[in-house]
Amino acid sequence: MISAGIVTVSYIAATILFILALGGLSNQETARRGNWYGISGMTIALLATVFGVVTNNYIELMTALVVGGSIGLLLAKRVQMTEMPELVAILHSLVGLAAVMVGYANFMDPSVHFTGVELTIHDVETYLGILIGAVTFSGSVIAFGKLSGRIGGKPLTLPGRHLFNLGLLIATIWFGREFVIDSAAGAGITPLMIMTGIALVFGIHMVMAIGGADMPVVVSMLNSYSGWAASATGFMLNNDLLIVTGALVGSSGAILSYIMCRAMNRKFLSVIAGGFGTGGGATAASGGGEDQGEVVPISADETAELLVNSKEVMIIPGYGMAVAQAQHIVFEITSTLRAKGVNVRFGIHPVAGRMPGHMNVLLAEAKVPYDIVYEMDEINEDFPDVDVSVVIGANDIVNPSALDEPDSPIAGMPVLECWKGKTSIVLKRSMATGYAGVQNPLFFKENTRMLFGDAKETLEAVFKAL
Amino acid sequence: MKIGVPKEIHEGERRVATTPDVVAQLSKLGFTVAVEAGAGAAASYADEAYEAAGCEIVASASDLWAQSDIIMKVRAPEGGEADLLRSGQTLISFLWPAQNPEMLKDLTARGVTAIAMDSIPRISRAQKMDALSSMANIAGYRAIVEAAQHFGRFFTGQITAAGKVPPAKVLVIGAGVAGLAAIGAAKSMGAIVRSFDTRPEVKEQIESMDAEFLMLDFEDEDGSGEGGYAKVMSDEFIKAEMALFAEQARDVDIIITTALIPGKPAPRLITADMVASMKDGSVVVDLAAEQGGNCELTVAGEVVVRDGVSIIGYTDLPSRLAAQSSQLYGTNLRHLLTDLTPEKDGEIVVNMEDEVIRGATICTGGETTWPPPAPKLSAAPKKAAPAPAPVAVKEKKSALGPIMAVAIGALALLGLGSVAPPSFMAHFTVFVLACFVGYMVIWNVSPALHTPLMSVTNAISSIIVIGALIQISSADNMIKWIAVFTLLITSINIAGGFAVTRRMLEMFRK
Repeated sequence: MISAGIVTVSYIAATILFILALGGLSNQETARRGNWYGISGMTIALLATVFGVVTNNYIELMTALVVGGSIGLLLAKRVQMTEMPELVAILHSLVGLAAVMVGYANFMDPSVHFTGVELTIHDVETYLGILIGAVTFSGSVIAFGKLSGRIGGKPLTLPGRHLFNLGLLIATIWFGREFVIDSAAGAGITPLMIMTGIALVFGIHMVMAIGGADMPVVVSMLNSYSGWAASATGFMLNNDLLIVTGALVGSSGAILSYIMCRAMNRKFLSVIAGGFGTGGGATAASGGGEDQGEVVPISADETAELLVNSKEVMIIPGYGMAVAQAQHIVFEITSTLRAKGVNVRFGIHPVAGRMPGHMNVLLAEAKVPYDIVYEMDEINEDFPDVDVSVVIGANDIVNPSALDEPDSPIAGMPVLECWKGKTSIVLKRSMATGYAGVQNPLFFKENTRMLFGDAKETLEAVFKAL
Repeated sequence: MKIGVPKEIHEGERRVATTPDVVAQLSKLGFTVAVEAGAGAAASYADEAYEAAGCEIVASASDLWAQSDIIMKVRAPEGGEADLLRSGQTLISFLWPAQNPEMLKDLTARGVTAIAMDSIPRISRAQKMDALSSMANIAGYRAIVEAAQHFGRFFTGQITAAGKVPPAKVLVIGAGVAGLAAIGAAKSMGAIVRSFDTRPEVKEQIESMDAEFLMLDFEDEDGSGEGGYAKVMSDEFIKAEMALFAEQARDVDIIITTALIPGKPAPRLITADMVASMKDGSVVVDLAAEQGGNCELTVAGEVVVRDGVSIIGYTDLPSRLAAQSSQLYGTNLRHLLTDLTPEKDGEIVVNMEDEVIRGATICTGGETTWPPPAPKLSAAPKKAAPAPAPVAVKEKKSALGPIMAVAIGALALLGLGSVAPPSFMAHFTVFVLACFVGYMVIWNVSPALHTPLMSVTNAISSIIVIGALIQISSADNMIKWIAVFTLLITSINIAGGFAVTRRMLEMFRK
């Protein structure tokens, strides 16, 4: 048993280490060190709590830690890099569930005594902690379902869904008031349960209404929620470490979501309100009605020839590359071309894929050196010098109508302007539209060639031809 | 329907309106094709090759004209050819209705449907049938070949045992299709290429060909006219331009001029003085010779030598690459016929609703339909809409927003501070500060690290485990087991989150 003072000092150390971890993670050079800071911080916090606060039940504690830890390690080891978004989403749900559990346990704990304003504040904290936890839990589970394809990617838009959400919000506030009143009288479990149910429904409905294209924002938003849930729990337990860490995670997640939204030129609120991709139906139809011209197909051999004979090649990966698991063959092609003196670079759109930074992770897995992987803002101006742009399974992020069709659903979203290069080769399975459901005029441009087929198989054919 | 392809009778014309390859594809559209004996001979396409492709060979021109429903030619009808046309027949060829009003009147009177390949509108969809571009491309290429023939030196620079050879310097004036083709050809032969054009938007195209764009030190004057062609420039501009050419003429070895303004005589760009200032043995190729020439000394159709400079004024450059021109022209015609026969049944439908067909049809059913109404779309949008502008406006509008938000936030905090106990406020201080720290730390994160960052913050958010640990020692069995369960799931998250982050970061390498 160590003294309360030591515990507090350990908590301060853990807090500092967490801040260093986040700071380290914002830069490639220091990222690995950052992760170690995080691990050390967590270890110190755990040890201090176990030796400073826990008084008995050590066996159960150790069993839970060891079993849980092993499951976690196993998951982390087994997961495919392409399934990373799903894993992150399901892990978020665990934090949400934990917040709910801690909240209930704390409420039922007879040793906790407050009176007057303090009781009210404590009740509100408990209530908020469980609320945010439940929303995070059900939202993450739905996000997991959507990302893993168990639930369709299309946004579910109930009629009057905004009213429905408003109703849920009002009900939550009303039951919150009920709970505070009941709690003062020593009861309150009923409104708490009802609220938990409402929060679960709200979480499900919120994520169901968000289209697949906005999934990266949702994942980072849920990340933020899991932080706020931890923070609320910290208020409830009067624990500064929880408050600080939760706030760190919450604000960093919120900022990450904001950065993503800015990258898509969309309002944060409109992403949360959901329904993106449905309004596109009408405009897409009218866009399709115009004479778009015809697409010019190209064979794998011709593609290889074009690539060998060019000086500057830009590869633009999208979700299709992840689906086809084509990142390794992309790297093979890249290294072959670079050996022949072709300058191959990668252009990554901030919302390519289904998770922030999704493409970077996949390319890193395939051992593509990160200094030839560029962000949209870094390379968009270079496209006029690019001889061949290879678009692998991407659609909306290279759609010129985002810039020149003001009534397009993706209008105003910055896109990779690959059509300014000499030739664009688009690898696609079919002429189907992207997640936003918008037809892409890029495919009909005179300097665009379509290479139809599964990205991995066609790229293997290209590689053979090289 | 039957397509007839007569032998061109214009003197020196070697091209032919179809090739054996094209014939095979025309048959797929349901047409039968007849070719006059010897029509392709000058372009190295033998009658036997046509026959092998399924063509009928007709010995006499008059028979061919009489039995065909569609006549495909290169040059406009001349020397009595028009007399062979009858009402209901369709004629497809270069016709130049603006330059030949008499012929247009004549064709109209005969009740012929005449489609002018030179009048195909310049829109993206019609590019595959844009014969002017195909021919200009060939002319530009051939211009360099002609220049090379009259230029007594290498194009490429070399250092040999017998001394150093400087590379030739080529100036290409006018970077349209022909100009760009000339740049490409000269460049691939190793010359130093410079180019000038009044239209600023072609600068990129010139530079994309690895040639140097000559900038004119002059305030912005956009030389782009309707349909991507050039227009007449102001006097001051021309003066500055002429000074530039005079300076360049002393330096370069070869000048290729391709400057044309639609419907106007070619602008005079190279004066006799400039030619005199050029080095002996230099070459000028004037692609505008037919429209009067860009060079003062050009003689259309001939090569003349003035002050030791060869001035090439050939007007038949595409015809000098007859096999290539015939193939490209034949393909342009085939694309047009594909659009004219939507049912692929060998019956053409002149659909006047179709912008391309409407633009190219100069007369039909006894009525003159030229000039067509102005095209709806120009080949290049005049100026890209400034996309960021609306965003800027929005930002300005919401200037009041943040102030309101701050005011409301301050009020809310004051309200909270007036009722909350000090212990809560202490926690609250910590909370707000932590939010700011999170904001400062994350703001500059590199996008490539979004995923690892998210998984590490996820792992860190399992700090909620502390809550479970505090509760686990409870005497209440229910609370204890809830805490154990919470501990179990959070430890999954802790181990999984950190391990997966580590795995990802291991993969990032320089």
